Amino acid sequence: MSLVTVSHLSKKFRSHNAVDDLSFSVEEGDVYGFLGQNGAGKSTTIRMLLTLVRPTSGHIDIFGLNLNKERKKILSQIGAVIEKPDLYKYLSAYENLSLFARMSGFINSKKELNAQLEMVGLAGRETDLVKTFSQGMKQRLGIAVALIHNPRLIILDEPTNGLDPQGIADMRNLILHLSRHLHKTVIVSSHLLNEIEQISNRMLIIDEGKKIVEGTVESLTDPARTLVEVTVDNPIAATSRIESSSWFCYLIKTENNHLIFQLPKHLIPELNRSLVQLEINVLSLQAKNSLEAQFLSLTRSKQNVAAFTD
Amino acid sequence: MKSKYLFSILIFSFLGAYAQDATTLVKGIRANLEKINDYEADAKFKTEISFLKVPDAVVKIYYKKPDKIKIKNQNGISLVPKETVSISLYSLLNSHYTALDGGTDLVQGIPVRIIKLLPADENAELVLATLYIDTKRLLVLKAKTTTRESGTNEVELFYGKFLPVGLPDRIIFSFNTEDFKLPKGVTFDYDDGTAKNKGAEPGKNQRGRIEITYLNYAVNKGLSDSLFK
Amino acid sequence: MWQLLQIELLKIFRKPRTYISFGAIAAMVIIIQIALKFDGQSYIEFLTGSLKDSLEIPYTNILNGYFVCFIILNLLLIHIPLLIALVAGDSIAGEANMGTLRLIASKPVSRTGLMLAKFMATIIYTALLLIWLAFISLLISILIFGTNDILIARNDALEIIQRNDVLWRYMAAFAFATLALTTVAALAFLLSVFADNSVGPIVSTISIVIVFTILSEMQIPLYDRTIKPFLFTSHMLAWKGFFYSKVDSGGSSLPGTIENIRAIGKSSLILVLYIIGFVSAAIYAFNKKDILS
Repeated sequence: MSLVTVSHLSKKFRSHNAVDDLSFSVEEGDVYGFLGQNGAGKSTTIRMLLTLVRPTSGHIDIFGLNLNKERKKILSQIGAVIEKPDLYKYLSAYENLSLFARMSGFINSKKELNAQLEMVGLAGRETDLVKTFSQGMKQRLGIAVALIHNPRLIILDEPTNGLDPQGIADMRNLILHLSRHLHKTVIVSSHLLNEIEQISNRMLIIDEGKKIVEGTVESLTDPARTLVEVTVDNPIAATSRIESSSWFCYLIKTENNHLIFQLPKHLIPELNRSLVQLEINVLSLQAKNSLEAQFLSLTRSKQNVAAFTD
Repeated sequence: MKSKYLFSILIFSFLGAYAQDATTLVKGIRANLEKINDYEADAKFKTEISFLKVPDAVVKIYYKKPDKIKIKNQNGISLVPKETVSISLYSLLNSHYTALDGGTDLVQGIPVRIIKLLPADENAELVLATLYIDTKRLLVLKAKTTTRESGTNEVELFYGKFLPVGLPDRIIFSFNTEDFKLPKGVTFDYDDGTAKNKGAEPGKNQRGRIEITYLNYAVNKGLSDSLFK
Repeated sequence: MWQLLQIELLKIFRKPRTYISFGAIAAMVIIIQIALKFDGQSYIEFLTGSLKDSLEIPYTNILNGYFVCFIILNLLLIHIPLLIALVAGDSIAGEANMGTLRLIASKPVSRTGLMLAKFMATIIYTALLLIWLAFISLLISILIFGTNDILIARNDALEIIQRNDVLWRYMAAFAFATLALTTVAALAFLLSVFADNSVGPIVSTISIVIVFTILSEMQIPLYDRTIKPFLFTSHMLAWKGFFYSKVDSGGSSLPGTIENIRAIGKSSLILVLYIIGFVSAAIYAFNKKDILS
């Protein structure tokens, strides 16, 4: 049974469809990547999972329970960091942690709270006010808050936003630790492809509130299904020559002067030779896995390459 | 202490008369008044003025001849009307006046002689004083004074247990008052729906009433002048 | 619920802005006390108007701790709504602005429970602010000015209450003021639900209180019967009703009595209805709200 099942979820803000008929499921133990550009609907979906936003239509089941009916029961087993981890600046790290633990229905001992702060590297700063913390320290405290009640499901919305490279690496390691050693299920959203690729086992790409693709990262990055984009000077002539060759079964799309093939990675050198033999003038040849391809098609359409390459 | 009106009230309390004709009767009253040099009294003070809502108070009243009077509320605050009679009867009795017989009447069910006093000085504040005198017991039971500024004031005196010292048990004084208004923006009143100043018309004169009930007197003990400051 | 209330109280009383109100009240009260200490007679002359010509007014006796406290309340209870709005208006909007609203709203507590805890914490804050006001305006004034009977200036009368009849009236007045200011808190609380920044609800609450107070104080027959009886600001002044005594047939006021207890009861009821209305609307709106902050 899936840990999270989302079916036909939609959210409309006035005339704008923030999430449009979205369905997906998260299995126990997954690190589920939620990928999309800024404004794609990731945050709205995550907020609906946390009951912060009411869906216009659709259903959400978590732990096999209906979120509408069993809200308290479900939320008591979820830990979340939503966007930047804003906490009470005028309270200490310890007070913040204790306060949110109590709100989750847990009364933790001082020892437990301090151990949690130590785990996220805030030992010795327990009594310092949060307003004196750096962004990275706040992020770690946010994680401590999300984990203090030992939740089954952890939801992290853009957890690396605003972090320096070391902070990003620490966050990646933490997520892997949660999954591999503590066997937690994690939903993590990001607009960075490589981030999701590195930590997730399953993922969903979302754009304009709609699902673009969902699957295991392995299948989406399968070398047997590598995409090759060949840019030619005369696509009509090139297509007709390929039609008469054995490569036609690998051609999946012709787009302007690009021919797109899907084939096992080891056939790329042979394809290259054949194109020369068929006297097709090749301007460029580029190989990508399908995940990357999906992304590029999204970013290209929005002319927003930077978001996926930084 | 400028409370001439009360001074007047107390002056009235000394009035007693034996004389047969008006002038002699008044002179007798003045002579009686001379016997009291000073007194100190405890009294119950009841105020009935439309714009004053005050509880009955117990006050100390000090009097010293010729015209000193002081009312002190030692346990709290009393607002004592002043100058409702702007001319003291004592001054009147010591000045030139004409006493006229005004006939007879009944006050408190007792037959009285009415004596009218007209000041000789035409510019005097007091225009007319009317005394209602119990000729048997030689006491003034009621007096009316008409002044240029305050209109007509009335005092009624009731005698009982303090009669042996020639002083009244109770005095009721009635006089004209004006209306009182403060801007609502100053007071921020709570309108609890209670009718205000029943029957009163703003700006019009209304009658006020003071009732003093004496509880005791200590007469001629030699009061210091400093008490009246 | 108790757990949530404790958390909300911790948040209110660890927030520096909370103490601005306590400091502001202390400053305002001390300023009034100093002014009255040095020039109290002028103020009493102002209140008694032309009466000083016809009445012997014992200024030094009138200027006592009870009287000073009444003046302070009369002046400050118009301004304290600002201080109440400062905290009540911040209760939801402040959290939205800080980004903590999404955190607390994704915890396993009902939104209704959260709102009730927040509102109860606001009531406790309001009550503590009034206890503080009572402490410095009544106790400190008594220490500086002593006690005596109290002179109450109404717009058509002066009223005197004996000193041994005053204290219970103050207790009742402070209790009523808590109710009155809770109404303001409830309004600010409601407006706070709709904003992501506490300035909006604070300014809106004060604007509404000012406009309603002006309407309450304006003597326009058209409003007297139509609007005034329904404005909460008209009823917020009912604390003064505890200082109005009944009079006997002879016109003397009767110690230990209240002129119109039914009117105060009615005002209390209207304020309670306002509070229930504002808080219910706030809870309804918050339950419907999409938290996007």
